[in-house]
Amino acid sequence: MLIRHAPNIAPSEITDYQLYLNRRSFLIGMAALALTPITSTAVAAPPAGTPLPARRSEQFTLEDPLTSIENITTYNNFWEFGPNKDDPARLAHLLKPRPWTVQIDGLVARPRRYDIEELLRLFPMEERVYRLRCVEGWSMVIPWIGYPLASLIKRLEPTSKARFVEFTSLLDSAQFPGQRKSLFSVSSLDWPYVEGLRLDEALHPLTLLTFGLYGQVLPNQDGAPVRIVVPWKYGFKSAKAIVRIRFVSEQLKTTWEKAAPSEYGFYSNVNPTVDHPRWSQATERRIGEFRRRKTLMFNGYAEQVAALYAGMDLRRNF
Amino acid sequence: MSRRACISLKSVVWGIALSPLLLLLYRFLTNGLGANPISYATNLLGDTTLRLLLASLALTPLRILLGISWQMSLRRLLGLFAFFYACLHFTVWIAVDHFFEWGELIPDIVKRPYITVGMLALTLLTPLAVTSTSGMAKRLGGRNWRQLHRLVYLIGLLGVLHYLWLVKKGVNDPYLYAAILAVLLGIRLWDWARREGWLGRPAWFRGGYSPARAADDMRGD
Repeated sequence: MLIRHAPNIAPSEITDYQLYLNRRSFLIGMAALALTPITSTAVAAPPAGTPLPARRSEQFTLEDPLTSIENITTYNNFWEFGPNKDDPARLAHLLKPRPWTVQIDGLVARPRRYDIEELLRLFPMEERVYRLRCVEGWSMVIPWIGYPLASLIKRLEPTSKARFVEFTSLLDSAQFPGQRKSLFSVSSLDWPYVEGLRLDEALHPLTLLTFGLYGQVLPNQDGAPVRIVVPWKYGFKSAKAIVRIRFVSEQLKTTWEKAAPSEYGFYSNVNPTVDHPRWSQATERRIGEFRRRKTLMFNGYAEQVAALYAGMDLRRNF
Repeated sequence: MSRRACISLKSVVWGIALSPLLLLLYRFLTNGLGANPISYATNLLGDTTLRLLLASLALTPLRILLGISWQMSLRRLLGLFAFFYACLHFTVWIAVDHFFEWGELIPDIVKRPYITVGMLALTLLTPLAVTSTSGMAKRLGGRNWRQLHRLVYLIGLLGVLHYLWLVKKGVNDPYLYAAILAVLLGIRLWDWARREGWLGRPAWFRGGYSPARAADDMRGD
């Protein structure tokens, strides 16, 4: 597979200036991390803004200017908190990202339960700048921190029957008020939130198991403590607050597919030529910009991922 | 109602009706429109349109239920404000959101049902705004004018549909608007049927309610 190399850009051009100035705190954070015993059973959640040290990826980066951290943390779609864009930021304090475990099961040689602290240390962290395109027609550019999901999957050794990966998000209406049933919620999603990828999509080097952004641990409203990021698909495919990863043989029904099968398909690849039944996907508004811009095929990652869908009718497999 | 009371009532309504616009201007000037200012403005203007439209449709039910009529003088004011916000909502969509890209806009108006019904609602609202003056009402004649202005019921339905067809699953606000509209139109329907004499008073009402007799009725004795 051909992976385009980005031109050389000084890190200071990509990074938010304040953050660039704070690079020493990364090193301090790294030192602190090194001093923490691995067997730590501490259950206190790292406070918001705790640095998460990472090596900046040269390969997975973009020339596009970053969306401000303020916009990334105040304009969110996270239905578990509520359907309004400001609900997640407003209610984020309810989510407790520690203690947290991720159950790994299904068609896998080594089913087991990972503590989040252990999961964080499995592989070296990378910072990658990806575009994020929401199905609603807006987009952002975000410096995520994590490691390839493929690294984890290879360690787990899925069996030969495993063809799909299912991601389940936390189910707890005390932490996620959007999951509460009320008289006035006439329409609601089926909880918990379930997403899925084909195994080859999950193994693709772009698919990132994500623990942070902008040099910090993931803010709660962005999917703490662990989420995936699949940059060539609409944002809702990137499951947040993951508690379970299951390997299965059959294609599963995702939460949005169940909610509106004619509108949200299993693949949900960003595609300017296949409209949402109710609105156009040809253009998008990049948060922070005034004019709309044209949406790119596979959100600009066509060179890397188009081969995954060779020969498929993308109009039918939307 | 005295002239003074009428003027103060209308001033209050002006203040309330203009407050969303003032809020928008204030947030615009203080950079407080959030990450997606255009979407924020469009939604606020659309919401306000629907609220004013429902408010204008609530005046007659108040008269029916409470027998008061001082509020009827606010009908035109609320209706015109609804039209004003609908125009602003439309202008932001055309001029700011899509920058007059007619090549995208026109297919969208035809292809997207939520846009089609929204456009239809605005189109139907226009003749009502134009004929809202007393002079126009006289020229049309009371009967014609009243018939024309019954279009507002349809406009209310189209407005709520516009919102309902736009949102993703899990967003409940449009259902609230739909429920309010249903109640407001339902009261009119009930009142009309009653005046036509189609509704006899129910048996329990005629002789006063008695649980014992109601129970007897249910047993069929």
